[in-house]
Amino acid sequence: MPKEVTDVICPFCGTLCDDLIVTVSDDNKTILGVKNACAIGAEKFNHQRQPGRVKRPRMRQADGSYKEITYDEAIDWTANMLVKSRKTLMYGWASTSCQAMSIGHEIAEKVGGIVDNCATVCHGSSLIAIEDVGVPSCTLGEIKNRADRVVFWGCNPAHAHPRHMSRYSIFPRGFFTVKGHKGRKIYCVDCRYTDTAKCADEFIQVQQGFDYELLNAFRTAARGEALPDTVGGVPKEKIYEIVEDLKTARFGIIFFGMGLTHTMGRNHNIDIAINLTRDMNDHTKFAIMAMRGHWNVTGSGQVLGWQYGFPYAVDLSRRDQARHQTGETTSVDLLNRSEVEACFYIATDPGAHFPVDAMISSSRKPTVTIDPHINCTTEISDIHIPVALVGVEVGGCAYRMDNVPIETRKVVDPPEGVLTDEELLTRINHRVDELMAKGGQ
Amino acid sequence: MSEFIIKNGHVFDPVQGIKGDKKDIAVKDGKIIDKVGSGAKVIDAKDKTVMAGALEVHAHVAGPKVNAGRWYRPEDKHFDSHKKPGITRIEGGKSIPTVFKTGYEYARLGFTFAMEAAMPPLYARHVHEEIHDTPIIDEAALPVFGNNWFILEYLKNHEVENTAAYIAWILRQTKGYGVKCVNPGGTEAWAWGLNCLTIHDPVPYFEITPAEIIKGLIEANEYLGLPHSMHLHQNDLGNPGNYKTTIDSLRLAEGIKATNNFGREQVLHSTHLQFHSYKGTNWGDFESGAKEVMDYVNKQKNLTIDTGNVTLDETTTMTADGPFEHHLHGLNHLKWFNVDVELETAAGIVPFIYDPNNAVFASQWAVGLEIALYAKDPMRCFITTDHPNAGPFTRYPRVYSWLMSKKCRDERLHSFKKADKVISATNLATLDREITLYELAQMTRAGPAKCLGLSKDYGGLAAGMNADIAIYNINPDKFPSDGPEIEKAFANVAYLFKDGKICVEGGKVVDMGHKQTFWVDAKVNENKQVMHDIREKFLRYYSVNENNYPVPESYAPHQHIIGVDATKA
Ligand code: SF4
Ligand SMILES: [Zn+2]
Ligand SMILES: [Zn+2]
Repeated sequence: MPKEVTDVICPFCGTLCDDLIVTVSDDNKTILGVKNACAIGAEKFNHQRQPGRVKRPRMRQADGSYKEITYDEAIDWTANMLVKSRKTLMYGWASTSCQAMSIGHEIAEKVGGIVDNCATVCHGSSLIAIEDVGVPSCTLGEIKNRADRVVFWGCNPAHAHPRHMSRYSIFPRGFFTVKGHKGRKIYCVDCRYTDTAKCADEFIQVQQGFDYELLNAFRTAARGEALPDTVGGVPKEKIYEIVEDLKTARFGIIFFGMGLTHTMGRNHNIDIAINLTRDMNDHTKFAIMAMRGHWNVTGSGQVLGWQYGFPYAVDLSRRDQARHQTGETTSVDLLNRSEVEACFYIATDPGAHFPVDAMISSSRKPTVTIDPHINCTTEISDIHIPVALVGVEVGGCAYRMDNVPIETRKVVDPPEGVLTDEELLTRINHRVDELMAKGGQ
Repeated sequence: MSEFIIKNGHVFDPVQGIKGDKKDIAVKDGKIIDKVGSGAKVIDAKDKTVMAGALEVHAHVAGPKVNAGRWYRPEDKHFDSHKKPGITRIEGGKSIPTVFKTGYEYARLGFTFAMEAAMPPLYARHVHEEIHDTPIIDEAALPVFGNNWFILEYLKNHEVENTAAYIAWILRQTKGYGVKCVNPGGTEAWAWGLNCLTIHDPVPYFEITPAEIIKGLIEANEYLGLPHSMHLHQNDLGNPGNYKTTIDSLRLAEGIKATNNFGREQVLHSTHLQFHSYKGTNWGDFESGAKEVMDYVNKQKNLTIDTGNVTLDETTTMTADGPFEHHLHGLNHLKWFNVDVELETAAGIVPFIYDPNNAVFASQWAVGLEIALYAKDPMRCFITTDHPNAGPFTRYPRVYSWLMSKKCRDERLHSFKKADKVISATNLATLDREITLYELAQMTRAGPAKCLGLSKDYGGLAAGMNADIAIYNINPDKFPSDGPEIEKAFANVAYLFKDGKICVEGGKVVDMGHKQTFWVDAKVNENKQVMHDIREKFLRYYSVNENNYPVPESYAPHQHIIGVDATKA
């Protein structure tokens, strides 16, 4: 008899929906169906039963082909690489659990690694802005229960976080928001007319690259100061009108994404968006939130935070001190300057996200990639070590985009003999200890 | 397990009334015992001071706001952030140390237990992940209730039994220790950008007052018979003239008796009282209200307090008092962090520099010391810095030096740029009292242990108690007169025993001990109403499912569960 596992946490995006129902075969081996997930979330579960999944570590041969090796061999090779390298980039972590990260950090501290996560190529600029000016925010349930003005700025949840709008931000009825969508006014600010814009009551088209100017104009208008006729392609009358409307909110929220973090101005865009939010708190209650994309990237920032005091790009290569400096300890910059001696990638795919030059530099270094599946990065690695899918084949803690942690659920067994991240990292850690005791360092 | 005999030390133990006499302390299997065999390892404590491990009654050391403070303040790692000798990990941060540093530093100061003072239930998993990673010291956490919708709704109709049943449920879900209440009603009001500044300001929509919340939570706490009492951060924190609201709030406990099996006598613990003891109408005519407040506290046997001493450092303020942090940000314009938590609470963070050249900050420093010096019963007044709000806990040795030496604090007082103003606005200059080592043991060991309901095992050196022992390089017969010397002696223990193991030796961490997480499991009668309300609220208003709300067992692998039976209450 197939069985249903309820309250399952989706392992794909930072929305971390926790209401999925997964049907599992009698023998706990196969997922038969997924309810409540969006298409991209369901896809993650479907991956589990894909034929041709790699179940043992693979090592690249001189001719470029891959040969299956044992976990022991892969662990030994990896530990040797880590111990030999004076500076190893240990990048990724977004699709694994906080428990696994902790073990990874222990290794990094011993071997002098630099621990960095996907924020380095997505919301790193948001984190820089928050380090500069703070951030007034809230949990997603607050939006559902209270928000009557919602602004999506440079983000497109309709595609990137498909259930965000129905669970938290546009449609749900909450305690003080009994009318649901009808009681909320939705704004979308973007340079393109996106599918999210279609759901908004008002779409404001900002000229590409003029987000900072437009946010600045919002702040100016909120203070009742004069504006030029148009800013970033938006007429001043419109700006005054929107700002006045936002001031009458009972509870307002700005969600922002890559359209703000990765366009001209970057962290300064976020900085001024936060400052606008702060200003609005002189009139009413307002919050702002980054639409963190990659599943548990938020958790990586949290664990690094409590262990070292920085949210990403944490350089432990001095071994007696943790350092964090954007441009200096960030992955892409390290690779571009060829400053690391080895690469250790886990639970993400830099090959698909990093600039080409950085990956060319990476491909010249000894590289180990730990990932359940074959991806762009595994194909430029010396070793690919497959692992169980976190949130599907093993549980573990993940942090939602509003920093709420949820312990994810195991729904099926991993393929016979496949290790979890925690098991694998624990064994690498032990092997590193053995090698270092022998004076490997 | 190995046996120890600590010989010839000057023992200070309020539990047994020992005031510096030379006495040997025997240790076996993690406990203090009467006698050990001849094979026991001898620790020479000649010319040293021996006390039980200290207990932190109120600090912000683990959880979402503490961690936000860490990562959004990279500049806090510019100070004192590196690995120290020993088996330790990298240590980082000054006002908000990393978890590793937190555990090591408490141990080096002679502490063996710390209470995380504010756990938002929705974020309990985060709090426990950090507690799990904090070495050596035992810890517990207090979930916050003062702005929780269930509580507001039950107490509006004075449903104490339902309140108690809900508290019991939350303690189990969050692995929580007791009942914390921060700015009752005011933080819910803050969700709309408002606040409750007196105990009679109605909470928007919920039609209840802070006074009703405070009183109801005290009653529910005693209904359950929890080891700790209701733990209150009052309304109107940090504002001139607030001492009246403070005394009004404390009055709510009048006539209520402690009901518990843990030897606890208070029904209300009022925290960081320094921030609540101000007279005047603005920062210009600001004056100390410590005397008025402490006169009241001294009379009321069912109250305990902690000080919240300002240490005159750059630090990071953080509290579930969201509106206060917004207000503070308006004063100093440093970076403001805020999180409102659905149905439960909020938190704010603002960095803060207590500049000694500023008369207000110097006066706050004086008020904090006055609170401790006015305390008639050191078993009911505990020293804290409300870490990191009034200063980092690592400054305890300096606070002790100010309290234990009039010379030392007068030197500080007279060297303020605005000394005249501070002297006229406060009473500190007129106070001659010097806290003794015995009183210090009451204020940092026996007192907080009793207040937390842990006096069976903690806070003393009697046979049968935990072998948590701090040995300081202090000869009471030649007690240092010089501030920096006092400070140095308290900053690095000669030895710290945790559960009978030496974890710190000569200030160096040598063992990670066997850290435990404490929480309270209160049994109540089945309550269909409350269970129905919980179901309903999760279905309709929470953003997580009820089944994903509890803290899993694996988050607290070494848990110490204190059982309480309230089924016959
Ligand atoms: S919105 Fe995100 S978390 Fe939710 S089901 Fe879709 S991919 Fe998964
Ligand atoms: Zn407080
Ligand atoms: Zn506090």
